[in-house]
Amino acid sequence: MYDVAVIGGGPAGLAAAIEARRNGIQNILVIERDRELGGILQQCIHNGFGLHIFKEELTGPEYAERFVNELNELGIEYKLDSMVLEITKDKKVHYVNSKDGFVSIQAKSIILAMGCRERTRGAIGVAGTRPAGVFTAGTAQRYLNMEGYMVGKKIVILGSGDIGLIMARRLTLEGAEVKIVLERMPYPGGLTRNIVQCLNDYNIPLKVSHTISSIKGKDRVEGVTIVQLDESGRIIPGSEQFMECDTLILSVGLIPENELSEKLEMRLDKVTKGPYVNEAMETSVSGIFACGNVVHVHDIVDYVTEESRIAGRNAAKYAKGELKTEGRLVETVPGNGISYIVPHTIRVNNIENKVDLLMRVRQVFHDVRMIIKADGEKIREIKKSHLLPGEMERVSLDIKALTCKNIAKLEVEICEGEE
Amino acid sequence: MSCKEIICIVCPMGCHLQVAENPNMEEVYEVAGNKCPRGKVYGINEMVNPTRVLTTTIKIENAPLKRLPVKTNGVVPKDKIFQCMEVINKVKVASPVNMGDVIVSNILNTGVDIVASRSMR
Ligand SMILES: Cc1cc2nc3c(=O)[nH]c(=O)nc-3n(C[C@H](O)[C@H](O)[C@H](O)COP(=O)(O)OP(=O)(O)OC[C@H]3O[C@@H](n4cnc5c(N)ncnc54)[C@H](O)[C@@H]3O)c2cc1C
Ligand code: SF4
Repeated sequence: MYDVAVIGGGPAGLAAAIEARRNGIQNILVIERDRELGGILQQCIHNGFGLHIFKEELTGPEYAERFVNELNELGIEYKLDSMVLEITKDKKVHYVNSKDGFVSIQAKSIILAMGCRERTRGAIGVAGTRPAGVFTAGTAQRYLNMEGYMVGKKIVILGSGDIGLIMARRLTLEGAEVKIVLERMPYPGGLTRNIVQCLNDYNIPLKVSHTISSIKGKDRVEGVTIVQLDESGRIIPGSEQFMECDTLILSVGLIPENELSEKLEMRLDKVTKGPYVNEAMETSVSGIFACGNVVHVHDIVDYVTEESRIAGRNAAKYAKGELKTEGRLVETVPGNGISYIVPHTIRVNNIENKVDLLMRVRQVFHDVRMIIKADGEKIREIKKSHLLPGEMERVSLDIKALTCKNIAKLEVEICEGEE
Repeated sequence: MSCKEIICIVCPMGCHLQVAENPNMEEVYEVAGNKCPRGKVYGINEMVNPTRVLTTTIKIENAPLKRLPVKTNGVVPKDKIFQCMEVINKVKVASPVNMGDVIVSNILNTGVDIVASRSMR
């Protein structure tokens, strides 16, 4: 019998397990399907991790190693090469590994930290043959940075999310020719600093409002047809242009790994594709918590760590029977311009001093006001000169904002123009 | 007098800087468009001597993985990045390696070392 079982040993699972231990829980088990801990960070060899938490620019593996060391110092138990197949509402975890076979354990509370997976070509629908030489950006990153396998020489990248941009630079450094990066939206998906450092530094062109209509090649990719899109996302006739390449890299987005969550019949958010969570990062199944990319895709690992500490602390409380379930419930509502807010609900009695709202905007905004309303009444206004869907926004609310009146609804919206 | 448009990458604001050469003044470069003083320093640096941190991988033997991630432990001039890659690509190590171990010291006389960015054994 474990007090807390953590599914996934990436930054989310590591931070949650460590925090549960710091909150007095002895019996913790982390279950990871890979051969080592650290999750996706082990392949993200570039720097830019840890600016908030450590005030340093670390690489992904360095950030991971700090947490793995801490886990070991605290003597927290973990299983590697172990894949969780099912979780039940009564908190049994079923996993398999080659040494112990099929194992079932019972936990008092469970933390889901399985991260996300990449969208593939199937999910975006590019026509044409299915030759070798088409990779998702994350797969190409793992091959190159961990297995030492170079994916190709002449490369086209579809999608301008951060992973695509990082890979453009990485492949160029390794001697490949990255011919172009294409983005179907009218604005780039990744952080501005990555456009500058990864594309502009190496003179790699980026074309927005462009995509690929088909792939040519029988055994290996020989080229792609590039098309331009109009404002409503339709192909502009006559804009077709053939480009020769031997490799196509897809960086077309990430979605939370939700197979286990679906089997649990957990309530999922249509926008994030991850579970609905409350202020404790608890899902709609009582005692099952979730954090990190399995809830919503993060671009900054520091926020993953902070969110996961909340999950770890509250899973510990739950295991000790200290988490409050009664009392007033506040619902968060994404208003004009906001696509989602995490957490979805807030039980006021569990808030210690503040609550962080994490959210994304629907489109690019310049010089706007972000307005927070409690039951329709403005309680805060924040001026923003730049808002991008690719950059997560965070707003901290003091507990007083929630306790002063009997608020039932918190809404965040974007207002353009002056007051 | 020439003027160059540079995007500041010091923080996520991504200010658009206009850096102008101004030989008649005491300060050779004038920076506009920066929301904070760090942008001025960055803008001038980008004109005088642009630098970057380099991250890449090297071959490792006797290890569970074929590649070991490494990084420069400081910034190197941007125009030396590919030369650094040439040096790094010739290096091979064997496990065990600890995070922070120096793999190449003072690469190309830049005063910067190439260090392991994880442990592997
Ligand atoms: C390519 C890429 C580049 C990034 N670059 C940056 C950056 O520059 N700066 C920054 O701050 N952030 C960056 N991020 C974001 C940040 O790294 C991620 O948000 C963070 O790693 C997410 O952590 P996680 O623990 O939720 O997920 P993961 O790291 O994906 O960990 C999930 C773990 O769960 C395991 N798992 C999944 N299912 C099961 C199962 N059924 N049984 C057992 N184990 C399971 C997986 O093997 C994995 O180890 C990047 C992300 C990606 C994908
Ligand atoms: S000038 Fe200052 S505020 Fe603007 S991007 Fe640079 S560091 Fe950020």
